Amino acid sequence: MSKRRDVWITGIGLVSSLGEGLEAHWAALNQGQPVVDETGFSPYVVHPLAKINFDSQIPKKGDQRQMEPWQRIGTYAAGLALDSAGIKGDKEILGATDMVVAAGGGERDQTVDGAILTEIEKQPKPDVFLNEQLQSNLRPTLFLAQLSNLLAGNISIVHGVTGSSRTFMGEESSGTDAVRIGFSRIAAGTSEIALVGGAYNAERRDMLLLYALKHLAKAAPWSPVLRDANGVPTGSAGAFLVLESPEHARARGAKPIAKLSGIWSERARRGEDGAIEATLATMIAGALGDTTDGTAILSAASGAPQPTKAEAVVLERSGLPVRSVTDRVGHGLEAQMPVALAIAALSVSEGRLFPPLAGETLEKPFDGPLKRAIVTGVGHWRGEGVALVERID
Amino acid sequence: MASYTDKAGRPIVVVTGMGLVTSLGQGKEDNWAKLTAGKSGIHRITRFPLDSLRTTIAGTVDFLSDSGRTAPDLSEQLAQLAADEAIAQSGIGSKGNFPGPLFCAVPPIEIEWPQRRILAQEAAANAAVTYDDLLRAAETHDHGAWHERFLYGSIADHLADRFGTRGQPISLSTACASGNTSIQLGVEAIRRGDCDAALSIATDGSVTAEALIRFSLLSALSTNNENPAAASRPFSKNRDGFIIAEGAGALVLESLEHAVARGAKILGVIEGVGEMADSFHRTRSSPDAKPVIGCMRAALADAGVSPDEIDYINAHGTSTPENDRMEFTGMSAVFGERIGSIPLSSNKSMIGHTLTAAGAIEAVVSVLTIQNGRIPPTINYETPDPAIPLDVVPNVARDAQVNRVMSNSFGFGGQNVCVIMTGEPA
Repeated sequence: MSKRRDVWITGIGLVSSLGEGLEAHWAALNQGQPVVDETGFSPYVVHPLAKINFDSQIPKKGDQRQMEPWQRIGTYAAGLALDSAGIKGDKEILGATDMVVAAGGGERDQTVDGAILTEIEKQPKPDVFLNEQLQSNLRPTLFLAQLSNLLAGNISIVHGVTGSSRTFMGEESSGTDAVRIGFSRIAAGTSEIALVGGAYNAERRDMLLLYALKHLAKAAPWSPVLRDANGVPTGSAGAFLVLESPEHARARGAKPIAKLSGIWSERARRGEDGAIEATLATMIAGALGDTTDGTAILSAASGAPQPTKAEAVVLERSGLPVRSVTDRVGHGLEAQMPVALAIAALSVSEGRLFPPLAGETLEKPFDGPLKRAIVTGVGHWRGEGVALVERID
Repeated sequence: MASYTDKAGRPIVVVTGMGLVTSLGQGKEDNWAKLTAGKSGIHRITRFPLDSLRTTIAGTVDFLSDSGRTAPDLSEQLAQLAADEAIAQSGIGSKGNFPGPLFCAVPPIEIEWPQRRILAQEAAANAAVTYDDLLRAAETHDHGAWHERFLYGSIADHLADRFGTRGQPISLSTACASGNTSIQLGVEAIRRGDCDAALSIATDGSVTAEALIRFSLLSALSTNNENPAAASRPFSKNRDGFIIAEGAGALVLESLEHAVARGAKILGVIEGVGEMADSFHRTRSSPDAKPVIGCMRAALADAGVSPDEIDYINAHGTSTPENDRMEFTGMSAVFGERIGSIPLSSNKSMIGHTLTAAGAIEAVVSVLTIQNGRIPPTINYETPDPAIPLDVVPNVARDAQVNRVMSNSFGFGGQNVCVIMTGEPA
């Protein structure tokens, strides 16, 4: 077995309801109030994207028009990450940068769908009517704005990242695995630099519908997820990390924000009682090693009742200081692990933990220096992920 | 005693099991017989009404029982059949206990029209139907099973349960290069020493009216509706688009050491995989073909072989005017003058373009080509395109010793992945 290399996080791009960039997020996390919309998608609560000037990362309007909001969010966050790593526009490096993106699908044309559904049952031949309506009313390029791998495609086009391009789907786990594969390749020495992450647009009823089918979408008012675990408060967000080998980073004079020390993906057999608890506890123990010194857990819990209640039990038992990322920015499905990792890396680089949120009873004050953050990402339906981020002094 | 590592000192990755479903039939035997007989699986669509559609033909898989299925239902069934065959052939693990991870390429998944219509009817809106009405119906009725069915991860999750693969499966898409990516992820995991074996599956059972219309609106599909079997014409002058199709391919990948230790029969070796993304356009390739060239060269470099050592190319060959020209340009740069004399064929001339599944299906066919010493033809090659002079093994299969195959896959979003395979290790 070959020797494993360290993996540094040398760039972070983050946009959410709290704003854009690391500074804005750090300020908002310390200020402590989430930004929520409890009326626009009534009866549900969502964390809306902060106002973003997309032109600054996606200069061509033509490119923006070719994208659905989730792709714009992701392409924007990817641009921020490249800026943060200092490789924006560096053709040589971008041409060798490996990309792994976690993505779902794009938004439907809800006006077209609604118009069809309004009339279809009155038709003598509903399926023929459907063909005619789709044929004449679907925007041809909408398809490209919906395809999962076209977020990566847009990042290639707008930012010139072309070393490689892979897209993972599969909800929360895809975010964990996108980071894990980028990490594993660098650690194993088969990649030097990677752009990994994902994006999610919560402000869409077709996505809420997927949750609503299982009564999992969180109804207003907002409340803390680890305490209440009574639904998924979705949040618009995008996060990308630039992962890099120390050799590659040093050679170009880049400084690490933090070290990504490990990321693990598992699949508990959720039909069995206690399976999530056992799987997660084992994963956290593995990440933790033999010290709890300066270590906190940042939870990316979805808010879905079964897995979140299980996670809360494990977090409480761990005795470690806990913060819920989801309380602050909502749940971004595929993007949630990258978002939580971005906030974890930011926190360890600041060397301290942001304050507890009122009402989230699991969160306790922690004033000590923060050296390590364990991120937990338990899928709302399937898949458990854990990552360890460490401070580099 | 042969080495278990390749020239670069990495574990050699071999194929010990393969499975296949296409519009031609189920299983390698049936498919191989038809592919080498030059049979087409393309036919008139019967799954939905064809009124007002510009394209009325496809390579749908219609021979499996069960009606009223959703795209993920059919995709899952196709994947399962292919994987059943692959695992049975390899004899790896035990029933429901596959000793490695699953990498599964899946098509786009979303709630479909039958479900939307049921929700709209349940909502019984007095005025125009909106998504708020659908949401209300979802909350007041019990459609919990649809939630799981329309999650991207559900196909791979169900397969992981059935086959007992290890850990959380990865569901992936690199559009029409997905099949090759599913193999690439398995190869990398074994080379890294993460596992001794991996199950790579790529599946696509997503031919719905809306999927067809979406590709049609992008002018990607052939409209040669009159004679379905003759519509897919890769590399011909009169090619006019691809034929959308369904199918699945599955491969059991193992380290050579693991395969030898358990006495498995080795079907082939995955020698190298290369990729390169294209930043030119969302659906079109860079006119200079640089990313395609880079992808092929990366695969050759990964395999540690020179272009001269490739005996046969399993082309992407979609039958679109653009792809086939660009693929020729790319191959010409990589292989030089020799490109005109390397046998090359497109399986898509017979089975159509199975999109997400294509790379895995074509990898299986590539290994069968090596094993059988027989090259499946490019059918419907009646009018050669003088701009792309190639030996496409026209219309009739050819006996030939094939030691090493390059298999290309390119996709929307600038995706290019190329795989290099050989027979038994030296």
